[in-house]
Amino acid sequence: MTSIRATNLTKRYGRTAAVADLSFAVEPGRVTGFLGPNGAGKSTTMRMLLGLDRPSDGSALVDGKPYQEWKHPLRKVGALLDAKAVHGGRSARNHLLAIAQSNAIPARRVEEVLETVGLREVARRRIGGFSLGMSQRLGIAAALLGDPETVIFDEPVNGLDPDGILWIRTFMRGLAAEGRAVFVSSHLMSEMAQTADHLVVIGKGRLIADTSVREFIGRSSQGYVRVRSPRLPEVAELVRVGELHPDHLRVTAMTPLEIGTLAARAGLPLEELTFVQPSLEAAYMELTKDSLEFSA
Amino acid sequence: MIDIIRSEWTKIRSVRSTVWTLAITALLMVGLGALLSGSAASSAEGPIDPVSATRISLNGIMLASMATATLGVLVISSEYRTGGIRTTLMAVPRRLKLLAGKIIVFTAVALAVSMAASLASFLIGQAILDGAALGDPGTVRAVTGTGLYLTACGLFGLALGALIRHTPGAIVSAVALILVLPPLTNGLPGRWGQVVRDHFTSNAGMELPFPSDANQLGPWSGFGVYLAWIAVVLVVAAVLMRRRDA
Repeated sequence: MTSIRATNLTKRYGRTAAVADLSFAVEPGRVTGFLGPNGAGKSTTMRMLLGLDRPSDGSALVDGKPYQEWKHPLRKVGALLDAKAVHGGRSARNHLLAIAQSNAIPARRVEEVLETVGLREVARRRIGGFSLGMSQRLGIAAALLGDPETVIFDEPVNGLDPDGILWIRTFMRGLAAEGRAVFVSSHLMSEMAQTADHLVVIGKGRLIADTSVREFIGRSSQGYVRVRSPRLPEVAELVRVGELHPDHLRVTAMTPLEIGTLAARAGLPLEELTFVQPSLEAAYMELTKDSLEFSA
Repeated sequence: MIDIIRSEWTKIRSVRSTVWTLAITALLMVGLGALLSGSAASSAEGPIDPVSATRISLNGIMLASMATATLGVLVISSEYRTGGIRTTLMAVPRRLKLLAGKIIVFTAVALAVSMAASLASFLIGQAILDGAALGDPGTVRAVTGTGLYLTACGLFGLALGALIRHTPGAIVSAVALILVLPPLTNGLPGRWGQVVRDHFTSNAGMELPFPSDANQLGPWSGFGVYLAWIAVVLVVAAVLMRRRDA
């Protein structure tokens, strides 16, 4: 059962297309990372999914219907786009209460979500005085009000301290473990590496990859073996195919066992012999290189 | 729809600007009414006729209309200013229903406060002037008309706020359309000048509480013309609201 399905989704502003012919699906029970450099069209796509922006072409469906056609959309989808986009003069409780009432969600649910995100103590305070971390939690509370099957977060860890980042990461994993579909955008590959199961990667508004994290890494350049030794130049000469760096040797064409065997035969001591997985970051940079070059 | 109304009620009652603008509306009505009544009472040579006495006690109407118009603007423009409109539209993606909810809640709140303020300033003013009673001809129309006019000015502000989506811009437009431009139409020459002047926003709207001999529209048709102005701006705002990206 697919939660969100974008089909040939397109958004044009004048002649430029912010999002072009984008098709992908978000499935329940996993975290789908929505990845792309800044300006790739992630937020525009999310706004179209949520009925805020009108697609120029194509469609975005939530459980088979456009978002706007759900009577109580917050019971289907909860979203956090911009945590600071709230009226600062309201208390956290009243802010959530107004949102809850609009979707016929009982008021006790407000207390529940305040508890869940740890804001119960400050429920009566004006939200204008909240820190970014607290605002982020308030935004998440609002997204959870309708107990939705799908949640959408736009760059949720931006600007947060390590504690806040860890909290959100754990939280998103928890939501997916409960069987919800979690769709989260980021421009940071390293962030996605730690949270996402599946990736939708876009660049310049176009789909670059729609794949599992593991496959995404596999698709890009291979890993390499890092060799350190007090007699590095001699090791380099022995291996021949390596790329010599000041403090280590980088070998792509041989396995650690082959290198170790060669070194042992020559009686050369090794300090380190590690197979280095290509990082998601590297895979991402390689795949989005083209779209970045065009925009530069 | 009832859900949206509940939600908008929570929103309007939970920000300070509502309390402030409504308090200022009441204060301007009652305060100015009492002040002018006091000075009229002390300078008058004889008894003041009921029609003049009623007008004096309700003289805060022009300034108070700016306070209700401001609240009307803020009801919608503050959401655009903070970006909270996106949260609102995610909860209520049917934009015309949202606009309708805002109109209903605002009208109810503004009408209650405006009517109460109008009645209070009349009663206090007449206690000072001893000029008119609610039983005098035209008095009830003047008092309720003041409340209706103030509410209509608030709706004008709301319509402009929805159209312009920018607080200062919408407030300036409201001041221009309600306060500044109407007197300027006096300079228009000829028969068509007269038609424009009679029908221009608050020139027509003020016919309800304070009909003037110079205006050929009657009280209720004048107010109807004013409501038509507001309706036109609201319709344009609604059409744009449906089409524009949030």
